[in-house]
Amino acid sequence: MTLLLAAFAPPYWLSTLIKVLVVSAVVPTTALILGMVFLFKIMSWMQSRLGPQEAGPRGTLQLLADGVKFLQKEDIAPNGADRWVFKVAPLVVLMSTLLLYVALPASMHLVVADLDVGVFFVLAISSLSVIGVLMAGWASASKYSLMGALRAAGQLIAYELPMVLAVIGVVIQAGTMSLNGIVFAQNTGSIFGWGGIGFPYILTQFVGFFIFIAAVQAELTQPPFDMPVAESEIVSGYQVEYTGFRFLIFFLAEFATAFAFAAIAAVLFLGGWAVPWLSTSSDLYYVLGPIVLFAKVMIVAFIIFWVRFTYPRFREDQLQSLAWKVLIPLALVNIVVTAVLKVVL
Amino acid sequence: MTAISDPQSVAALAAEAVDNRVNLDFETEGMTLNMGPQHPATHGTLRIIARLDGEQVISAEPMCGYMHRGYEKLTEVRTYPQINALINRIDWLGSFANEVPFILAAEKLMGVEAPPRAQWIRTILFEMSRIANISLFLGDFGLQLGGMTAGFYAFRDREWVLNQIESATGGRFHPNFDRIGGLKDDLPKGWIESSHTAMDKLLAFCDEIEDLLVGNEIFQGRTRGIGVIPAEIALSYGLSGANLRASGVDWDLRRDNCPPGLVYDQADWKVWTHPDGDCFARTWVRLQETREAAKIVKQLLDTIPSGPVMAKVPRIIKVPEGEAYVATENPLGEMGYYVVSKGDLVPFRVKIRSASFNNISIVPWVARGAYVPDLISILGSLYFILGDIDR
Repeated sequence: MTLLLAAFAPPYWLSTLIKVLVVSAVVPTTALILGMVFLFKIMSWMQSRLGPQEAGPRGTLQLLADGVKFLQKEDIAPNGADRWVFKVAPLVVLMSTLLLYVALPASMHLVVADLDVGVFFVLAISSLSVIGVLMAGWASASKYSLMGALRAAGQLIAYELPMVLAVIGVVIQAGTMSLNGIVFAQNTGSIFGWGGIGFPYILTQFVGFFIFIAAVQAELTQPPFDMPVAESEIVSGYQVEYTGFRFLIFFLAEFATAFAFAAIAAVLFLGGWAVPWLSTSSDLYYVLGPIVLFAKVMIVAFIIFWVRFTYPRFREDQLQSLAWKVLIPLALVNIVVTAVLKVVL
Repeated sequence: MTAISDPQSVAALAAEAVDNRVNLDFETEGMTLNMGPQHPATHGTLRIIARLDGEQVISAEPMCGYMHRGYEKLTEVRTYPQINALINRIDWLGSFANEVPFILAAEKLMGVEAPPRAQWIRTILFEMSRIANISLFLGDFGLQLGGMTAGFYAFRDREWVLNQIESATGGRFHPNFDRIGGLKDDLPKGWIESSHTAMDKLLAFCDEIEDLLVGNEIFQGRTRGIGVIPAEIALSYGLSGANLRASGVDWDLRRDNCPPGLVYDQADWKVWTHPDGDCFARTWVRLQETREAAKIVKQLLDTIPSGPVMAKVPRIIKVPEGEAYVATENPLGEMGYYVVSKGDLVPFRVKIRSASFNNISIVPWVARGAYVPDLISILGSLYFILGDIDR
């Protein structure tokens, strides 16, 4: 199989086209899966409801039906809106999501671009979405939108830092910033000389994992950090004026980003696409890699959404003090301890 | 109870306390935010004009009247049994509780008293409507603070008590069951046992909500110390019900001034107060109140006397000339009807004192200096029903 794939060396334009198609097909699919499984079904079960039942077998096609419904809606821009910025904003948000998927490895070779600084790229790109959010909030010419956008900006600035700091512990342990390199390091690692289950970094970086998940929650503006889109306070914030497919794009971007962050967490802390007992150079990973990664993503996503459906919402200043007074010092301590142990052991 | 010695000094103190709360070290150009009449957190058509500085509320003015239905005028052209159906729609979450004070006022004017069995059932249904109302608050407040799941649990478990009300009266939301001189019907077969089960479910629901929501750190962070209303201020604004008890005032019409026709003295229960006066206190008092109501129902179910449910009253009801005011402790607070009769088929004038109207009058005072998210906590915990504000 390796030979087969090695023999398949398409020209540059073809490989680029394939990569573009793959990313733009994967992004809506992941959003659909997360939206369907968690937002519709698991949320319903947690809230003692049935959830969608009618569209498709057991309501599985409900989200597709909703998507079609959104596409049929009129594309309305408010009178006072800055029309051009208003219309571009959702695309900017979606762009940052699409770029996230570029660096995500689904196995050693199943990656659009295996960057040496994958971690750095992913964290940098993810914060681009706030530009789109600010554009949306400002251009909507609505007070609720503006407040939501400013809340989102403040929140993303506050939570970018703990997220980066939480990841640094992993980078120190792995000694590389390449996402594939981190997977290799976890697969070949050992706990006190025993390599039975590899060495997923969650075993040592559990503090980092906790901070990362909390920061992801805030980046995704999900409860308990959903102040930018708090419907009971500012009526969905920056999304309030959007209709039809532009709203759908926000929705897609939110859930695809959730999937991407869950995948990043799976790669950084849970061993990524690799499984223990199987060397990362095995050909099996062409098939197994995406499946393993998907399973791990679903576990992380379940944690994210479980918290989302359970907790009430913080206030904006409480969120800031949580970020600056708790998470960032904790992440710094984590880095110091990791670095010291890395040198000593 | 703290006495309001001098209204003017209380007003001055209140104004000073409010001004101290606004912190404008860095004043920016203000913004006027119009919350409502269509806003998810006002559950109804209440409009709040909030002047903001950043996220701080400089002034908040509630505008009511978007749902005014002219009930006080309508009562002048409706007969007494017709009015009964009308006033069901005032506080639509605890409808039976709206009927009782009006019927009691009419009974007082006519000099009729309902038979003991009717009094018992009336009290039981009154407390059930309280549970139906407040259990929804417990979930809905969570919903407003972003905890969606609590809201669904509340809707799920409220169904237990609504089923009981429905099987006894025929109406889930608007029973229209109370009559001058008694009740429309006796209880259906097996109702007492099923009510015991329903009350057990509701008590379990209270425990669940306490675990899930009231005990949650984020919930406490959002409600503790937010929207503090001291006892004197609460009294001077005419607050009643749980909002007043949460400010530490031990006041409950069911115990202190129970009108004849309700049998609260036959049950062993407690009036809960909380010293803090903040949003958390208001939620906590309501939670305890739901438990107490379930206890009252369970005790009264065991002691229902036998006998008729209707006293001898003429088929065509004419209320003799006179005036009467009867107030009861409704789920939202004191609800009273001042009925003036000239001896006709219809009352000459009915003044409805509903709790929510007075309860939201404190919003400008308590919201000043709060943040926008706190405004939601405050509005949610003051707990108003729009129909109860705009009759």
